[in-house]
Amino acid sequence: MKTNNPSKTQVLALTGAQATTEAMRQVNPAVVAAYPITPQTPIIEGFAGMVADGLVATELIRVESEHSALSAVVGAQASGVRAMTASSSAGLALMFEVLGVASGLRLPIVMSIANRALSSPINIHCDHSDTMGVREQGWLQIYSENPQEVYDHTLLALKLAEHPEVQLPIMVCQDGFITSHATERVATLADETVQQFIGPYQPQTNLLDNKKPETLGPLALPNSQMEIKELQMGAANRALGVYPQVAKELETITKRGYPAIEAFNLDKAGVAIVTLGSTAGTVKHTIGKSKVGLLKIRLFRPFPYKKVKEALGHCQKVIVLDRTPTYGAGAPLYLDVKSALYGLENPPVVESIIFGLGGRDFGPEDIESLLQNR
Amino acid sequence: MSILPGGKITTAGNSKEIATGQWREGTRPEYSKEKCSQCLICANFCPENAIVVKDGRIDHIDYTKCKGCGICANECPMKAIKMVKE
Repeated sequence: MKTNNPSKTQVLALTGAQATTEAMRQVNPAVVAAYPITPQTPIIEGFAGMVADGLVATELIRVESEHSALSAVVGAQASGVRAMTASSSAGLALMFEVLGVASGLRLPIVMSIANRALSSPINIHCDHSDTMGVREQGWLQIYSENPQEVYDHTLLALKLAEHPEVQLPIMVCQDGFITSHATERVATLADETVQQFIGPYQPQTNLLDNKKPETLGPLALPNSQMEIKELQMGAANRALGVYPQVAKELETITKRGYPAIEAFNLDKAGVAIVTLGSTAGTVKHTIGKSKVGLLKIRLFRPFPYKKVKEALGHCQKVIVLDRTPTYGAGAPLYLDVKSALYGLENPPVVESIIFGLGGRDFGPEDIESLLQNR
Repeated sequence: MSILPGGKITTAGNSKEIATGQWREGTRPEYSKEKCSQCLICANFCPENAIVVKDGRIDHIDYTKCKGCGICANECPMKAIKMVKE
């Protein structure tokens, strides 16, 4: 990938993975530690090239597993610098334990995810079982529709995570292969503009500061665990209020909007589809100017319950598309949407559809047939 | 002590506040002044700094800190420390 003139706003042809890499180059994190896994690999592969070419000052740590990758990133961020990583599927699953450490220690790490199905069977293609499977590990989650959003969300996520009221890690999700490997038009900002937007890192924790010794991650017994977790839950809830400020700030620069939920054709719609990720684009294309509306969820954690309720309350029917299997209980997005609508006098009928597992195509014809039968 | 985000601790040396002696289960070390050569190996090995040294000699064993692990008795070359039932 060539960045001709990083001092200017440019339009580049980038895959979702390259869009991530370009944003990471502009952020210039002090440390990146990662382990290769399809379809995340081109993100770190591309970034490693930038490290080798001297385009960033990043220390790239090659580790023996994703558990180690995130552990190294946790250590780096705790020492008072920006650290980033990326993963997919089984790699994210192997990080499970450390995900809770990162959020529990309140470290604002940004991790890029190229969504991929979890084993078994082994499948390298897209579904959301990986990030949905870790959705209660205290990380915020943003889902991207296309490479442009991947680029923008990476910058937005960093600012949201590092906000003094938040201080929580965040996953920026893109659909594996569908977005990560598809080349699209991406407008990038000048390096200087990105640096101005994110500002210098102001660590809340700096273990290398000898003048302010701190113990991080100590034993907490029943007399303090509740209080520590209450603080963490409060921060996740506060992120919902901080999000629009940060989104507005980026919108002012890019002239592109980043509402927590994006309504398309929804005002007068009797039937609404709710989904997240690249499928939102397919739905927009399919429903066009019909009477069907779309609600795209950009910010999935924290979940904007109130906004969802306001956006969908007038519909007769809401169809929630989850790209993840669920075993013996409701699908994640479906459950959250249904919860959001609780308490309305005449709530819409909410239907759950599971689609696109392991990269199964879900095209306009599938959406049309879905709507015909209803 | 106030509880900070992430449960982090910003005061150094706060382990002094923890009465690890509460963890002791049934036996505690007692030392014989007659047998003791004042080599202080026990004090160096004690994980809780429960063997209080003054002027290069053992002053006393602080039972609010001693958790009864028995390392001191095991390390003592003079067999001057015995674990006794409480």
